[in-house]
Amino acid sequence: MESKRSVPRSFSKALPDGETVSCQSCRRLAVRYSRFALSEPAFRKTLTLSAVAVVVLLAGIFCSLLYASFPALQAMGFRFFIGTTWDPVTGEFGALPFVMGTLLTSFLALVISTFFSLPIAIFLGEYYRYGVVSSLVKTGIELLAGIPSVIYGFWGLFFLVPIVRALQLQVGAPPYGVGILTASCILAIMIIPYSASLGREMIALVPSDLKEAALSLGATRFEMVRKVILPYARSGIFAGILLSLGRALGETMAVTMVIGNANFIPKSLFAPANTMASIIANEFTEATGTIYLASLIEIALLLFVVTMIINLVGKFIVSRLRVEV
Amino acid sequence: MVCGFIRLCCVVGLVMALLIGYASAADKELIGAGATFPYPLYSKMFDVYSREYGVKVNYQAIGSGGGIRQLINKTVDFGGSDAIMGVEDTKAAAAAVLHIPICAGAVVLTYNLPGNPEVNFTAHIISDIFMGKITKWNDARIIAINKNAKIPDLPITVVHRSDGSGTTFVFSDYLSKVDSDWNGKVGKGTALNWPVGLGAKGNPGVAGLVKQTPGSIGYVELIYALQNKMSFGNVKNRKGLFIKPTLASTSAAANTRLPDDMRVSLTDSDSPQAYPITSFTWILAYRDQAYGNRTQDKANDLVKLLWWMTHQGQKYAEPMEYAALSPNAVTKAEALIKSITYQGKPVMR
Repeated sequence: MESKRSVPRSFSKALPDGETVSCQSCRRLAVRYSRFALSEPAFRKTLTLSAVAVVVLLAGIFCSLLYASFPALQAMGFRFFIGTTWDPVTGEFGALPFVMGTLLTSFLALVISTFFSLPIAIFLGEYYRYGVVSSLVKTGIELLAGIPSVIYGFWGLFFLVPIVRALQLQVGAPPYGVGILTASCILAIMIIPYSASLGREMIALVPSDLKEAALSLGATRFEMVRKVILPYARSGIFAGILLSLGRALGETMAVTMVIGNANFIPKSLFAPANTMASIIANEFTEATGTIYLASLIEIALLLFVVTMIINLVGKFIVSRLRVEV
Repeated sequence: MVCGFIRLCCVVGLVMALLIGYASAADKELIGAGATFPYPLYSKMFDVYSREYGVKVNYQAIGSGGGIRQLINKTVDFGGSDAIMGVEDTKAAAAAVLHIPICAGAVVLTYNLPGNPEVNFTAHIISDIFMGKITKWNDARIIAINKNAKIPDLPITVVHRSDGSGTTFVFSDYLSKVDSDWNGKVGKGTALNWPVGLGAKGNPGVAGLVKQTPGSIGYVELIYALQNKMSFGNVKNRKGLFIKPTLASTSAAANTRLPDDMRVSLTDSDSPQAYPITSFTWILAYRDQAYGNRTQDKANDLVKLLWWMTHQGQKYAEPMEYAALSPNAVTKAEALIKSITYQGKPVMR
């Protein structure tokens, strides 16, 4: 309530003296760069060009993947998508274990990360919006996003793997340490910053009058969060989760170091598996032979399509979740 | 505005200077790409060579498969490979490609057992462990050839390379030669359809996983095991002796009849001192150097470099823990280098 009123007041104060300064420098800039200044139509054209370029690029990537994977599509056909054997020696290529591995690790990571990212988002978006605590946590999360994935991988290999191995010994599973669960945990940590930051923005954007109305009706802060903020911000929060899912699907280095790289369909959470991104990273450099190379590119195509489908489904859900006030 | 113009001139001038500088340097530069295994040795050799002869050699360690692809696309002067070019690649290259051996390497079995016993292996035991048929360390067959070592009662965890690799090729080439069961079910290649086990990326990945997992067994390059002080086992060779992998026993594998084209797998060598899981690493180059826009000078530079690497350059191998070429291998390499031509005329006189 306070923040909402204070913003316009300080704004109006800043305007009178700020205006002259900014206008002067504006004019100076305008004179200096008038030779380079874009006309209105040219500016519009530039914008259109940039926008179209992205779409063309996307289509171009899709087409080149399709073209390069054609030998494999021809040789393997539909068997590629349902086959469970990946044997470069005999030239038998089935991608199902990798699709399963990718989806399983990504969604598991999403579930784990949501347990952390949602509370962080509420904490920063509602309870501690300003101040030392908030900026400390915010910086911490941003730093988490900046750590290179190979460092996550090494950390996982030397810290997380022994913990998971101890757990596996407890429950009587083969004590590999690496596998689906370890990979999902690493992924979860890696994607927290994405969903947490977007969730925080969305929660901070909930109009104050709605929140105040709930409070004035006698709702506690927890009830207000539950009944007003989360329903209002849910489409945005979900969009953040979707963004983080995209990252999880494509993550390569950290996953490949802790997933165990076994080309089988995983039978349990502890089992070693492999993902689409990691099989490409692992085998592309040494792949020889047309079909083998084309099969790896076809996996890239598959990853592209799977990511696109998940994104489209997500977009649909986001639009259904949107609340009009 | 004048200031801006001068600045622009400066930038353009600088870019031009860089481009021209690059172009003139390119004349005395050879480009190679390929195997990662010999990369440390190659970079040492190329560094010394460029200081002695003023020819810069730019070698990108992108993997044997990548090296072969780049050579076929003619984007490099030479490729590096741990494996002999396959039938399909040879066909794709169209022209004759020479395999010139530079040094030899070995693949060792490393394991994590309490007390670090020195374990003996035979080909069939290795094959059965990596196919998941032997699952316990105290299997009767392992105990039978390790009477003096303390072998614990532990389940075996197999660790293999997850990335395509020349190391895997050499390892599987050996097992395919000596074990028909392996040959039928798994075969040889840079990447395999592993029946059991965990995959780890690169030598460091395998080493890391083996170090962490009690009862695990994996395979890494000899130099990697030596540099990281890892324990590794002896393997029974063709003459029935258990051989400890060393630089000497690796070099010894080439003390056998070698074919003239050197497209030879050294695994399971019949030399009595030889460690059996051994291979050359080769530099690949076209026999006729007059292709694309290549000049005679470039061909001369390449031939000189190859001659140097197989002769004077060999002294850098042992200190860096690579096995140098045996004398008979050098003789064969000499004949190959002498056979390189430019427009039909031999480059070396």
